[in-house]
Amino acid sequence: MYQILKQILKTGIKTEAVPQPDEALRATTRRLQAAVLERFAGALTIRHVDAGSCNGCELEINALNNPYYNLEGLGIKFVASPRHADLLLVTGPVSRHMETALQRTYEATPEPKLVVATGDCGCTGGIFGESYASCGRVGNVIPVDVAVPGCPPTPYAIIQGILTAISISKAGTAGR
Amino acid sequence: MRIEGHDFDLSALPGAVPALRATVDAAQWRTACCRIAGDGGRLVALWGSDGSETGNSLAVHAAYATPSGLMLITLPVSAGRYPDISDVFPAAIRMQRAIADLSGMAAAGAADDRQWLRHAAWSAGEYPLRKNFSARHPPAVPGTGGAAPQNAAAGMDAYPFVQVGGDGVHEIPVGPVHAGTIEPGHFRFSIIGERVLRLEARLGYKHKGIEKRFEQMDLIQGARLAGRVSGDSTVAYAWAYAMAVESAAAVTPPPRALWLRALLLERERIANHFGDLGFLGNDAGLAFGLAQFSCLKEDVLRLNETLFGHRYLMDVVVPGGVARDLGADGVNAVRAECAVLERAVATLRSVYDEHPGLQDRFIACGRVAPELAAQLGLIGFAGRASGLAWDLRVEYPCVPYGELDVNMVTHRNGDVAARVTVRFEEIAESLRLIRMILERMPLGAYAAQVPAVAAGALGTGWVEGWRGEVFIALEAGQDNRIRRLHPHDPSWQNWPLLEHAVLGNIVPDFPLINKSFNLSYSGHDL
Repeated sequence: MYQILKQILKTGIKTEAVPQPDEALRATTRRLQAAVLERFAGALTIRHVDAGSCNGCELEINALNNPYYNLEGLGIKFVASPRHADLLLVTGPVSRHMETALQRTYEATPEPKLVVATGDCGCTGGIFGESYASCGRVGNVIPVDVAVPGCPPTPYAIIQGILTAISISKAGTAGR
Repeated sequence: MRIEGHDFDLSALPGAVPALRATVDAAQWRTACCRIAGDGGRLVALWGSDGSETGNSLAVHAAYATPSGLMLITLPVSAGRYPDISDVFPAAIRMQRAIADLSGMAAAGAADDRQWLRHAAWSAGEYPLRKNFSARHPPAVPGTGGAAPQNAAAGMDAYPFVQVGGDGVHEIPVGPVHAGTIEPGHFRFSIIGERVLRLEARLGYKHKGIEKRFEQMDLIQGARLAGRVSGDSTVAYAWAYAMAVESAAAVTPPPRALWLRALLLERERIANHFGDLGFLGNDAGLAFGLAQFSCLKEDVLRLNETLFGHRYLMDVVVPGGVARDLGADGVNAVRAECAVLERAVATLRSVYDEHPGLQDRFIACGRVAPELAAQLGLIGFAGRASGLAWDLRVEYPCVPYGELDVNMVTHRNGDVAARVTVRFEEIAESLRLIRMILERMPLGAYAAQVPAVAAGALGTGWVEGWRGEVFIALEAGQDNRIRRLHPHDPSWQNWPLLEHAVLGNIVPDFPLINKSFNLSYSGHDL
């Protein structure tokens, strides 16, 4: 126990110790936190759906919860069921074998719901494109509010995407 | 040339790994397989091809690891059937089922002939990897499932899972959409109380036509796709792909490029082990572990971004060499990072080792006994945690591993604790290797031109990624294009072992056991 406490003290608070290049990140996360407080009573819940990615985007989504980005600290939580979710974070080109599962996940998410397509594949189908096995971009299968490009998009880009989705929903221009 | 014990001629393939190839008949397909198994060899990969464009027949190919190196055996298939080898190498079962789905060749006499990668995107009787099957087929119609031949849901539900009967037995279906940020797949647990009587996995949800996609690309474009077969192993795949292209073109990259590739591969190994060690702590209730390890991982990723322009090192390894050199500042930065990481990992290892709650969850959980691992062909770090001394960096060391004298890490317990220990020790070893690479890396060019590859040229790549051995077989086509490419993930071998590892454990331990292997869905589903 002593060793754990010592290591925690030595590590310090990484979230505040973001290095210089991440000044923009700090500003964005502040705006995001304010939006979550205002629009979602302080708690935005996200259900991640991998619809066929190479698993690169999943690495960055997992990184969102490391102490540097500390997404949970902003009141944003990844939940286990679409029934608990405000927002779907969808990665990958949608494989035809995941098409039904993605549609059902979308239907199971309560209104009003937001969809953020994550990564080049989610935006355009990416390098996998459309084929006998791939439906291409997420927008081909369910309505998408915001698309975040990148291969994979950095945690910062994903945070911006989530913020944009919330702002769109606030402006009442979500495309549905 | 002849090899003792085989009654056919083998010819050598150029390349970084020793490789021999031969074309055999149906009887020799079996005898060669048995002979290789008898000599302690293992099955690396199994795939099909369609030679109709060049006037050849369908063929099935096997890659084996033998004491003398890689052995590639091709069997031309005329009547759509070839002899089953899954009784000799059980790892062949799912590979043979995938060949039946994709290339339309059946293993005659195989006990399990159910579909594997095919759900409902195409129908039985259609074979995506046949040359007469259009990649655009069926025409993509947004939102309609692309005129799939049958109701997609019906296609999924019709899969004949093995049923477990008896009083008090019930099933838990899990997935394809899981509760965490992980890839999709379906697990069918048959349980009594909380104990797992049987687990059957149904994969293939992520099948996105990668092999067919390769055939629309030239050898240069293919490098990008190879790096995205399984994103967490992008360096291993990109290197294996580059190795295959260089083998087909019979060129050798400059030495500095090879040393830099090894540096990248070891960085990838460290980053992935960090991530998984964090999640393993978290899954056993020690959130401290996740926080600590995910910080260390983030530090590695940020230095990757600074030095190589990509957090996960995608597209840094290219055919002919690497895309970026490492300057003197970079060398110093990596060296300084090694010192920091070594200290942090030593501290965290003693925390993990001495934490009674953690060890209680890890020890004896998800055990794969060495005998079972050997029989079923477990590979990679999971194999090494079950006593199997298989590591390409030691067995068939390519440049620069021959000079680095890699210390292979093995354990015999085969439980989650052993896989955790192997990961800790492999991190320490990778840090040592990185220091040696920085010290001894030769100067000079970091990339060479790759000449155009002759149509029909073959190439292989074989790299010990963090998860296990990544294999790529390449056949070049006209105009420097790809005629056929098979990328093989170590997860093919290891997924079936997961089903054995959970037997007798309780359902809540499944996430822990699963994470201790952390297998790739994308690399397997293709």
